[in-house]
Amino acid sequence: MHSVVCIKQVPDSAQIRVHPVTNTIMRQGVPAIINPYDLFALEEALRLKDKFGGTVTVVTMGPPMAEAALRKCLSYGADDAILVSDRAFAGSDTLATSYALATTIQKIMGNMPVDLIFTGKQTIDGDTAQVGPGIAKRLDYQLLTYVSKIVDLDLEKKEITVERRAEGGVQLLKTATPCLITMLEGTNEMRFGDLDDLFRAARYDLKVWNREAAGIDDAEMIGLKGSPTVVSKVFAPRPRSQRAEMVETVDNDPKNLAVTLLAKVFTQHPKLEKEIAKRAG
Amino acid sequence: MAEKFDVIVVGAGMAGNAAAYTLAKGGLKVLQIERGETPGSKNVQGAILYSDAIEKIIPDFRDDAPLERHLIEQRVWVLDDSSYVGTHYRSEDFNKPPYNRYTIIRAHFDQWFNKKAREAGALTICETTVTELLLDGKKVVGVMTDRKGGEIYADAVILADGVNSRLATKAGFHPEIKPKDVALAVKEIHFLPQETIEARFNIGEEEGVVIEMAGTISDGMMGTAFLYTNKESITLGIGCMLSDFKKQKTTPYELLDKMKQHPSIAPLIEGGEMKEYAAHLIPEGGYNAVPQVYGDGWLIAGDAGMFVNGIHREGSNLAMTTGMLAAQTLVELKQAGKAFTAPNLAQYKAKLDDSFVMKDLKKYRRMPDIFHKNKQFFTTYPELISKAAQKLIRVDGVDKKTKEKEIKQSFVASRSVFGLIGDAFRFWRAME
Amino acid sequence: MSEQAKKPAKKKVELDPRFVNYKHVWVVIESERGEVHPVSWELLGEGRKLADALGVQLCGVVICGPGERGKGICGEAFTYGADKCYLVQDDVLKDYRNEPYTKALTDVVNAFQPEILMLGASTLGRDLAGSVATTLGTGLVADCTELVIETETRNLASTRPTFGGSLLCTIMTQRHRPQMATVRPRVMAMPEADASRTGEIVEVPFSMIESTIVTKVLEFIADDTRDKPNLPFADIIVSGGRGLKKPENFQLVWDLAKVLGAEVGASRPVVQAGWAELDRQVGQSGKTVRPKLYIAAGISGAIQHRVGMDGADVIIAINSDPNAPIFDFAHYGIVGNAMTILPALTEAFKAHLAQARKAG
Ligand SMILES: Cc1cc2nc3c(=O)[nH]c(=O)nc-3n(C[C@H](O)[C@H](O)[C@H](O)COP(=O)(O)OP(=O)(O)OC[C@H]3O[C@@H](n4cnc5c(N)ncnc54)[C@H](O)[C@@H]3O)c2cc1C
Ligand SMILES: Cc1cc2nc3c(=O)[nH]c(=O)nc-3n(C[C@H](O)[C@H](O)[C@H](O)COP(=O)(O)OP(=O)(O)OC[C@H]3O[C@@H](n4cnc5c(N)ncnc54)[C@H](O)[C@@H]3O)c2cc1C
Ligand SMILES: Nc1ncnc2c1ncn2[C@@H]1O[C@H](COP(=O)(O)O)[C@@H](O)[C@H]1O
Repeated sequence: MHSVVCIKQVPDSAQIRVHPVTNTIMRQGVPAIINPYDLFALEEALRLKDKFGGTVTVVTMGPPMAEAALRKCLSYGADDAILVSDRAFAGSDTLATSYALATTIQKIMGNMPVDLIFTGKQTIDGDTAQVGPGIAKRLDYQLLTYVSKIVDLDLEKKEITVERRAEGGVQLLKTATPCLITMLEGTNEMRFGDLDDLFRAARYDLKVWNREAAGIDDAEMIGLKGSPTVVSKVFAPRPRSQRAEMVETVDNDPKNLAVTLLAKVFTQHPKLEKEIAKRAG
Repeated sequence: MAEKFDVIVVGAGMAGNAAAYTLAKGGLKVLQIERGETPGSKNVQGAILYSDAIEKIIPDFRDDAPLERHLIEQRVWVLDDSSYVGTHYRSEDFNKPPYNRYTIIRAHFDQWFNKKAREAGALTICETTVTELLLDGKKVVGVMTDRKGGEIYADAVILADGVNSRLATKAGFHPEIKPKDVALAVKEIHFLPQETIEARFNIGEEEGVVIEMAGTISDGMMGTAFLYTNKESITLGIGCMLSDFKKQKTTPYELLDKMKQHPSIAPLIEGGEMKEYAAHLIPEGGYNAVPQVYGDGWLIAGDAGMFVNGIHREGSNLAMTTGMLAAQTLVELKQAGKAFTAPNLAQYKAKLDDSFVMKDLKKYRRMPDIFHKNKQFFTTYPELISKAAQKLIRVDGVDKKTKEKEIKQSFVASRSVFGLIGDAFRFWRAME
Repeated sequence: MSEQAKKPAKKKVELDPRFVNYKHVWVVIESERGEVHPVSWELLGEGRKLADALGVQLCGVVICGPGERGKGICGEAFTYGADKCYLVQDDVLKDYRNEPYTKALTDVVNAFQPEILMLGASTLGRDLAGSVATTLGTGLVADCTELVIETETRNLASTRPTFGGSLLCTIMTQRHRPQMATVRPRVMAMPEADASRTGEIVEVPFSMIESTIVTKVLEFIADDTRDKPNLPFADIIVSGGRGLKKPENFQLVWDLAKVLGAEVGASRPVVQAGWAELDRQVGQSGKTVRPKLYIAAGISGAIQHRVGMDGADVIIAINSDPNAPIFDFAHYGIVGNAMTILPALTEAFKAHLAQARKAG
């Protein structure tokens, strides 16, 4: 069987800083990582490969430096890696991105049929969770989002059964392959590859496709032109006008601090006092 | 793992990358193993790069190495609790290419350096820890890693695994390092907009400043502190001998915290966003602490071999140079068709002795001992010097001659005339 | 959202002529098995403001199975501010499935042409919105926290956090209609229901045959909600973070919560360490909460945590570090050791409540 996993290299958003004046992201010193949600997708694809054999291809659309992310995927055990990279993609929103990726995957399918496409739940830079559904729609594939478990896969009958996280419960869904799965976080744990995988990853001759190589003929569909959304303003979250009112006592004894705090809060928010009395009473 | 290499390099720091690059260029089949997620990810960030050492390895490094700022000004400060006395040396000569010193961010620089090694033909694997050396009798024949299928064989192993090389100790090549021979340094990076840094330090784009500091900020322990300007951040840190930390029961973090509140330092980092905190050991035992650095099938380079000049805060250049020399030794032997036996590898030691590395270390060989035994250099003097400066500068109707007399008296009162002469002599001996 | 496109869009962009007749503000009323997700009412509250700003109608879209109380839901939607509801009911729409729901919603949009279409950023809303936007080829802005109408262009300006909340950006869909947005639950205020309000129900026929639908729902396993925390709707929350150091110390959070009749929340590291369940995580990858009182103990106030809780009316922070970022946005702060302050607070509240009871 053949799975394609879409991954994205992102700046580690826990370490992002914002320039106080220009409101731009200061990337210096911020490590680039594989979008953590995508690792759950990759591991799931690798597990299916363990079970059924076959091939796992990872794909990313991004700048040349995203190669490092792909190599890391290879070191985990992915078989093939494709970097789709072209200046023409700059400015792509999720609609344009899903178009580019869907077209790339079609091209991949031309060489080897694809049974499953995996994406992460969402990215930690864009946080949109839209690219996965977008790819599915463009390929006219069934879409299974927030999948927490692959219950069954029948390659002969081309059927898959999964558990999907829904509002208020879990749906047990059965559908036909090929389809697209966005994997929920925390559903598995990325493996520690062995030495052979590491060596292969380090030496692997990655494929780098530009727009034409990826089979994207219509440049109007990608980049700024292919993106209906336009970012009109970027700014830092506004700080509250005042910092917290600090509660202190002469001795800073916990008990006195607590009593002083209560007195302060309840004088300034009498409603809150009633609220608490009501539920505690 | 069936594949065998000519050389395995443990570590992708300064020494390891220099070695891997040189070996690969020399046509040897090299495997480099790094335990961090990427080369440099485990290395304490923000440092000074001395051009000379890297130039000898990659002459055109300036074309694409990630360099932060070239240094045009060096400040040396002696601090007491409320002030500093210092010298600032700034010269337009430092502003003429090729520049002599740069600030770098290690995580970026190490990745670049490693990329060069890979482009030259070395194979690097990361997130893999070498757990042990494989021995055949006394000869090193490979390494054991923590990955599945973990053994890898090679004709020689270069240990460039940094300070406190456990591998060499485990193999019995040298004893554990002693707390008196290592400093514990802590470092933070404070991010600030580029313009703010340039305004605060009175520098232009790409120009940088270093401040070296000593005095009461080390709380009486043997140690120094530093501050560097990077492009969009300031690195500051302080290091003291591990043995002193143990005695004094102070944590390095407390020291750094105090240092950040110093009235002369606080305004320089104000408003910065602290993003990194890291602690790291620096081998500062000097000449006398350098262990046996080669044997059958193995060589040690960089911090692992204690090659650090603590006085001048030079480490990365010694690491690069020793890594390069170790590699050159192997390349030459290979080309001559000679085996990597201990007698043959003795050439590495000869190369070291002939280089600035051992010459410099020898020059300062007494320094660590003298400072260990004479803590007044870190306690009494900073305060005296600072008070003296203030006395001289403050205009208060007292004539200068009286002031000078008072200053002299204050020194004598604190250290006695013999003490002062002795200190001067010790200091001279240490530097000589 | 594209990163490269952050330069302000200055040029005035004309609406594609295909869309000039697109009018009115729509909200998809999300229901599963007759239960309406509260985010839909929150969206109607917000949609009302947008519709009024544009001088157009606010409409709900209800998609459900025939047996379900579709008309009842429409009626409720009117009380929350809708003027009109489009109701699509069909057997194939009983359970949520992407394919028929996408078709249903796309059809109604194409037939009745709204200028703004909003959905909750629930698992259903995000799944559906992504597919519908791609089918329509229009822009979709995820996880918005603020929606306003730009007066001169009448365009929707959607503001959302990005890079984990470190930055906010405002995004416009200038040339396409509808302008789509999803909004996280509990970000917008819940409107007051006005029982006297009514509106028009437009029933939209839908024809899709079950046998043509590829995905089948074999089973729905409802969450066991008996002991599940419901943080988004809690009025009082006591939360603990990594500053509590040990799992045993997390009990101090529970102790205080018990006295206050509060829910217990947690920061991500605490959840990852297994001291608290996933449902208790507050923040960007957890729940958004809007309590009347939020007490944070040993939580640094990282942006990813902040975005989930800074809508609370009163925030009290306990942290040993006077420079902890949480003090930048909390209302009251105590610098101190949570392990001693929490028990002291528990006792103080207990004493205060006992006294209040005696007095009242
Ligand atoms: C706070 C501080 C400030 C400094 N400032 C300067 C300065 O300004 N200028 C200067 O020239 N020097 C400075 N130094 C010294 C300099 O950083 C070191 O001398 C230099 O990094 C040594 O290089 P190295 O390659 O020997 O070791 P490292 O750079 O430490 O590299 C060792 C590498 O080996 C890896 N490794 C270790 N064990 C294993 C294992 N078992 N398996 C696999 N990989 C392993 C590590 O992850 C690491 O990447 C400073 C040091 C400190 C701590
Ligand atoms: C993609 C992504 C999504 C994320 N989503 C979330 C999310 O949804 N929710 C979330 O919470 N985080 C999230 N995070 C993590 C977030 O960035 C922070 O790491 C996290 O919120 C920190 O949790 P903390 O405040 O408990 O721990 P820390 O940051 O470690 O802070 C502990 C605090 O406790 C204080 N302290 C220490 N000792 C004591 C004491 N004795 N008494 C009192 N105070 C003490 C310290 O001063 C410190 O401020 C996310 C991160 C990423 C990258
Ligand atoms: N540039 C990209 N290249 C490859 N995959 C991507 C890219 N952007 C997003 N994805 C995939 O789509 C998922 C959802 O992304 P997003 O819509 O940005 O939150 C991610 O988890 C990835 O699996």
